[in-house]
Amino acid sequence: MNLTADSQDQIRVPSIAQGERILSVNNIEVIYNRVILVLKGVSLEVTRGGIVALLGANGAGKTTTLKAISNLLQAGRGEVTKGTIEFEGQQVQHLSPNELVRRGCIQVMEGRMCFGHLTIEENLLTGAFTRRDGQAAIKADIEKVYAYFPRLRERRASLAGYTSGGEQQMCAIGRALMSKPKMILLDEPSMGLAPQVVEEIFEIVRDLNAREGVSFLLAEQNTNMALRYARYGYILENGRVVMDGDAQALSQNADVKEFYLGVAEGKRKSFREGKHYRRRKRWLA
Amino acid sequence: MHVEKQRPAGSALMHFLYLIFIDPFVQMAQAPDLLAQTLWEGLVSGMLYALIALGFVLIFKASGVFNFAQGIMVVFAALTLVGLYEAGVPAFLALALAIVVMFILAFVVERSVLRPLVGQPDIILFMATFGITYFLIGFGEIVFGGDPKVMITAPLYLPKGAITYHTLGGMVQLQKIDIAAAVIASLMVAGLAIFFSRTRIGRALRAVADSHEAALSVGISLEQIWVIVWFAAGLVALVTGIFWGARSDVSFALEVIALKALPVLILGGFTSIPGAIVGGLIIGLGEKIVEFYWGPLVGGGTDAWFAYVIALLFLLFRPQGLFGERIIERI
Ligand SMILES: Nc1ncnc2c1ncn2[C@@H]1O[C@H](COP(=O)(O)OP(=O)(O)O)[C@@H](O)[C@H]1O
Ligand SMILES: [Mg+2]
Repeated sequence: MNLTADSQDQIRVPSIAQGERILSVNNIEVIYNRVILVLKGVSLEVTRGGIVALLGANGAGKTTTLKAISNLLQAGRGEVTKGTIEFEGQQVQHLSPNELVRRGCIQVMEGRMCFGHLTIEENLLTGAFTRRDGQAAIKADIEKVYAYFPRLRERRASLAGYTSGGEQQMCAIGRALMSKPKMILLDEPSMGLAPQVVEEIFEIVRDLNAREGVSFLLAEQNTNMALRYARYGYILENGRVVMDGDAQALSQNADVKEFYLGVAEGKRKSFREGKHYRRRKRWLA
Repeated sequence: MHVEKQRPAGSALMHFLYLIFIDPFVQMAQAPDLLAQTLWEGLVSGMLYALIALGFVLIFKASGVFNFAQGIMVVFAALTLVGLYEAGVPAFLALALAIVVMFILAFVVERSVLRPLVGQPDIILFMATFGITYFLIGFGEIVFGGDPKVMITAPLYLPKGAITYHTLGGMVQLQKIDIAAAVIASLMVAGLAIFFSRTRIGRALRAVADSHEAALSVGISLEQIWVIVWFAAGLVALVTGIFWGARSDVSFALEVIALKALPVLILGGFTSIPGAIVGGLIIGLGEKIVEFYWGPLVGGGTDAWFAYVIALLFLLFRPQGLFGERIIERI
């Protein structure tokens, strides 16, 4: 399927349309437990080598979108019921997560989800599960991960469950890197971390993007941070993309400023009235 | 006993307390050879309990399924081996084929039970293992008949007879087959430990045990891992079946020994491999010691219920078991 099916979004993505797309999500609908409609036609795309932010409040559907792409919905009894997902030009919605990782698309889940009873180094090694290029290559990549995350080298023999939140986030990203990904779906890396640690992690993400050419789709509630590192952003509300554009433009946008960046500029109408106060409160907190 | 003479009213009670708290230890001290013999017997049966519990733990850790069929897998594996041999297949080929059969079983279970039921509540999967149990019983009886069989030991070069030590002021007799069982079981456990800690698949197995979802997210194929753990549990079952079969005979009556695995699991914790081993040994030792020294007080038969009483005490006072997984909670 082609993106022309979703003309509405295509019009708004001039900067992206130029580059080659590594991922495109076309008008997907996701239903949990056969009854709960959570995504109501979400479309987005990521250029090869890009960093794209997927923004939105808690419960907007960011995680669901990422899991739809990586095909991890099944465990939560979720299902993509409409639309298509293309990775490198091929439809992937029927592939297993295993096959997707093999092809180079891997998710770093919300809450890091390191294997707590495995050491940091063992965690990294599990990331190489799908690889077939031999011990030497895997060893070399472990060293590379340690070069990006020196703190992981220090903690290599500790059980991941006993390391700090920041170290676990690094471990989760490092573990994903071990699969030699072309694209990482990164779900809320900033969650529960101190601002300096968040900064440290985002810097590394930028580095990985620049030097390893890994594309990122970055789900975040921390709008401010995400827009500083991403080139493009989508804002999700209630399972729909309500706005998208260049990161620069989004961070200048008055609505975004008010609702997602916590910068009030006089009286504005909400994207969708009613939740105005709650949303503001959450973002200003 | 002069105590009795002085206070006849309390004498019955005192004598009873003496029989419970003093006399058994006096006996142990007086006949250390008998004690050693009892301990050995306990260790051997404890080891077999431990192996059955180990099969449970492997499957429970990796797939979250409480495999009611583990006991019957022991019987089925042993029956396959003996059945093939009786049908004229050379012993070692029969052993290899029995291993293949256990692999096929693992594969079929994954395809026809685990995969279709993935994401269903645990109780449904538990019930499904009842299905597997009765399928194996029915299938086993159709193919191999319902008569008890004799385990082939000589063709597999398993030793016969006993070694007798004249020691401790008496003698201690160790059956060679039990020694062989101890050696092979230890090797198998060591092999599994190395497999778990050093290999790619072993690490993946532990990762799956830690979190199914996270394992999926890094591209570990749960289907592959499940086949491997069920196969590993099948191999453990085959080894258990060979040695248990050599002690009694091979029939579906062996299934009851699987029920002993439950107290072992409660003692050792459902997710701990060391727990299964230590738990098995404790239950085995405890059972034999209690039966030998205290059993006569109640007319014997304590080994039928001793394990369950211990399990009950553990449920009351330490429900996570001796080695229940440390739960790492950290934000
Ligand atoms: N497994 C599930 N079953 C049913 N509803 C779910 C499930 N997972 C998420 N949801 C619902 O889907 C909506 C979107 O959730 P999610 O994608 O986690 O949002 P976000 O990541 O943006 O916070 C929420 O309303 C949530 O309650
Ligand atoms: Mg989320």
